[in-house]
Amino acid sequence: MTNHDIVVVGGGPAGMAAAVAAYDAGCTDVVILEREPSIGGILMQCIHNGFGLHKLGQELTGPEYAAVYAKEVAKRGIKVYTETTVTKVTEEKEITAQNREGILKIKAKAVILAMGCRERSRGALNICGSRPAGVYSAGTAQKLVNCFGYQVGKKAVILGSGDIGLIMARRMSLEGAKVEAVCEVMPYSGGLTRNIVQCLEDFGIPLYLSTTVVRIHGEKRLEGVTIAQVDEKRQPVEGTQRYIPCDTLLLSVGLIPENELTRLAGIPIDPITNGAIVDENCQTAVPGIFACGNVLQVHDLVDYVSEEAERAGRAAACLTTDTQSIALETKAGYGVRYVIPQVIRSREAGAELFLRVTAPFGKVRFVVTDGEKVLHTAKRLKAAPGEMEKLTLKPEMLKAATGPITVSLEVMA
Amino acid sequence: MKRQLTCIICPRGCALEATVQDGQVTVTGNACQRGAEYAVSECLHPVRTVTTIVKVANRENTMVSVKTETPVPKESMAEVVAALRKLSVAAPVAVGDVIAENVCGSRIVATKDIT
Repeated sequence: MTNHDIVVVGGGPAGMAAAVAAYDAGCTDVVILEREPSIGGILMQCIHNGFGLHKLGQELTGPEYAAVYAKEVAKRGIKVYTETTVTKVTEEKEITAQNREGILKIKAKAVILAMGCRERSRGALNICGSRPAGVYSAGTAQKLVNCFGYQVGKKAVILGSGDIGLIMARRMSLEGAKVEAVCEVMPYSGGLTRNIVQCLEDFGIPLYLSTTVVRIHGEKRLEGVTIAQVDEKRQPVEGTQRYIPCDTLLLSVGLIPENELTRLAGIPIDPITNGAIVDENCQTAVPGIFACGNVLQVHDLVDYVSEEAERAGRAAACLTTDTQSIALETKAGYGVRYVIPQVIRSREAGAELFLRVTAPFGKVRFVVTDGEKVLHTAKRLKAAPGEMEKLTLKPEMLKAATGPITVSLEVMA
Repeated sequence: MKRQLTCIICPRGCALEATVQDGQVTVTGNACQRGAEYAVSECLHPVRTVTTIVKVANRENTMVSVKTETPVPKESMAEVVAALRKLSVAAPVAVGDVIAENVCGSRIVATKDIT
């Protein structure tokens, strides 16, 4: 087991921004655990432009936006473990991860969850038909095309008009494929209006609203899909079926926050957002565990992911660096039976300690220490178990204390 | 002639109305100056930034993402992608590296680091 102040799970836009913000807020012992061979997350396959206008004041492509943050991570010497998959996070903030070197166990003071989303797949949609090749989730196709240079198909239908579906309609068109249609089961598009303009209208791709794919045809490779209009209950309307020959179907039908680790840690999840329940600093119901980015809520713009993550990063850093917020434990030392309160949380007002000695003593001196450091002493001519003692600690005595605060007794000559 | 446009400059997506008369364009509905510039360009000579990929010759299964440094005429988008499909570069490549000097009137720059 190794120790780190802050462990960030996931090195995408949220994880990078959280780590940088935590570092800048004074916590220098931050590590990022990333499953892919490099940090950057989903931005690395989003080669289109339109990122960063709000946050960075310039229009960047996805990889460029990621590079801005990756550079900040490197500049601060924040340790990144790549090709490292986190398999467990506990309420005690113990993280288990796995990579080529074996199993990694880390004990953290704070954990920032930034695992992002995965795509809803065909299985969740109940589309009838065979299971030929050529049916992809839009993000998978995006990665194959943009990162590896494969052409995923020549004639495509896209189901779902969210931004990923729209962006892929344009991308496939530019790569020489014919996009026959984008179908959207809802009566309105789920994407930004500007993406309808620059991804569909620019390429003459029709958008069919209140329409879905009802059947997939083909044995080895997809040969076509049957689409149909749907009623207000999203049920296909008989008689509106239409067959479209195609070799590729892209599914852009929603994102699911990857909260398996969150659930494993016993963190309560909001049933609507499918993300953790958090406070204004993105802290979950488990103190010291934060969640930010798409694992918390599905965002439209990466700029807002970065901002949210920075808030989480700063708050996590506060927990680990701000001695003011650490609760001080009190302890009874030699000759003292107990000390009340057992914990001092607020230091601004100082503290009054009440205690009883273990046996009758003559002339004594009470010594209050914070580790090795003596904070306060008080002399008494005699002390007895029947007489409660009170010691007053001034705010300045507690200011830099890290605890535990021990009260012990010295017998004087 | 009046044209209804959706601004594509930022995610706000302002609904613009452009009036073209004698080669002069007047714009309403824009929240910022860049929207007005977009509408003028869209009415007179539409342009787009093109983003695509170029093969990295000395790395297995690796593409570097690239973009036109300045927007190119809308009708040459496919030509840009087709021209760059024939190209390959050698790693290492850094963000901002010039991949090609002039494709359809724009420099082509890398948008990803390939180490």
